[in-house]
Amino acid sequence: MNFHPLQTVLMAGMAFLAVFAQAGWLAPARIIGAQFDLLPGLMVYASLKASSTTVSLVAVAGGLLLDTLSANPLGISIVPLLVVGVVTHRFRHLILREEAYAQSILGLAASAGVPLITVLLLVTLGHQPVLGLGSLWQWLVMSVVGALWTPLCFACFDRLLRGLSYTPLDRGGFRADREIERGRY
Amino acid sequence: MKGVGNVDAETGRILKRTEYITFVVIALVALLLLRLPGSVSSRAKLALGSLFVPLFGLSASGQALADRVALLAQPKTRLVTEVERLRKENAELKIHLLQADDALRENERLRSLVGWARAHQLKGKPARVIGRDPANWWRNITINLGRRDGLTPDLPVLTPDGLVGRIAEVSETRARVALLGDPACRVASLVQEGKQTVDTGIISGAASATDVTIVDLSYLSRGSGVKPGQMVVTSGYGEVFPRGILIGHLVDYRPMEYGLYTDARVKLAVDFNRLDEVWVLMR
Repeated sequence: MNFHPLQTVLMAGMAFLAVFAQAGWLAPARIIGAQFDLLPGLMVYASLKASSTTVSLVAVAGGLLLDTLSANPLGISIVPLLVVGVVTHRFRHLILREEAYAQSILGLAASAGVPLITVLLLVTLGHQPVLGLGSLWQWLVMSVVGALWTPLCFACFDRLLRGLSYTPLDRGGFRADREIERGRY
Repeated sequence: MKGVGNVDAETGRILKRTEYITFVVIALVALLLLRLPGSVSSRAKLALGSLFVPLFGLSASGQALADRVALLAQPKTRLVTEVERLRKENAELKIHLLQADDALRENERLRSLVGWARAHQLKGKPARVIGRDPANWWRNITINLGRRDGLTPDLPVLTPDGLVGRIAEVSETRARVALLGDPACRVASLVQEGKQTVDTGIISGAASATDVTIVDLSYLSRGSGVKPGQMVVTSGYGEVFPRGILIGHLVDYRPMEYGLYTDARVKLAVDFNRLDEVWVLMR
């Protein structure tokens, strides 16, 4: 896929807003005891619809911004997001990316995988995150919210990009390499 | 060549070599960032955190506007009743303050007689909670005071109900507070029955991943005389938290490590689910 500057800027902006929403909106944690994560769903969209450059940029930007507002060591959130992005990008030609259920399942898997990898890295590096049986409930909430958020991501970004960019020109059926040259004989 | 929907010919292609190299380089850079010294990492975080300042400001303005609208929507009689109640409470507090000032003067006089060092009077600054840690595995909040307000790391944070935590990181305009229950906020504590100290221990971490109101109190002595309902306060050891700030009340206890020491659970006096304003004790 080609690098699309507008798409990249929109996605980086969305990552910025998503991280702020996670930190600034206190209601979900107070009511249900778990905070959701919007970045994995965003990574799924980037890896299926954007270029590898955009995938890398969103992983780096999203990961750094999340760690900035968190007690996480700086850089720890980049790796799980990048893993999700690379794996999905690698197999994107096999995925029915226009189907909402496929987007939802990928969002669920990404939102479940990212916190697992992050916690694994934290424990490996010697940190002591607050974990317990309640973490399973938090993991479930993050996964379900990711499953719901990812198709929404696709719908919003597709509509936004269609509205803000030119419609791609239809090339038609003509192909210069298939032209029949009629000669004298 | 166009395929189904918007899929084009390029999606059939696997990742290029340069793309693999890019991803590996980014992963290595991320791992290098993880190995940065703590001070460098903190400064980088503070620099990146400044990107959020306009959004936090906007959020604060929005919150102020919402509060104002809510206030306008309240019936006048309710407001008048609330004002009367606050006037009465203010008058009572003034009387208590006079008594406390008197006790303080007497305390200073007695200390000087005995030759003790003058006790430092603690002053507090009110702060508003503007955010929390976006990750579920840390117990942190962000407040709207920073270095420009005189904040430094390790200042105690509390509410009229009790201890909240300590300042972990400070930027120019905001600060991150490690709450009780976070691994970065360990507090030396006393278990008290009335005015009598029963035992000493350390508030070591959260007892539950979802319940923010219960924490672990560890390293109580073997055969400790602790009982549910006893009060837990700061001991003043370590010189971060002044002595005597209420932490909570004991819920239950159990022997640990083949009976070498006792662990207990403490119900915090402060409800972190309703934390909107805090006080930072300045030195």
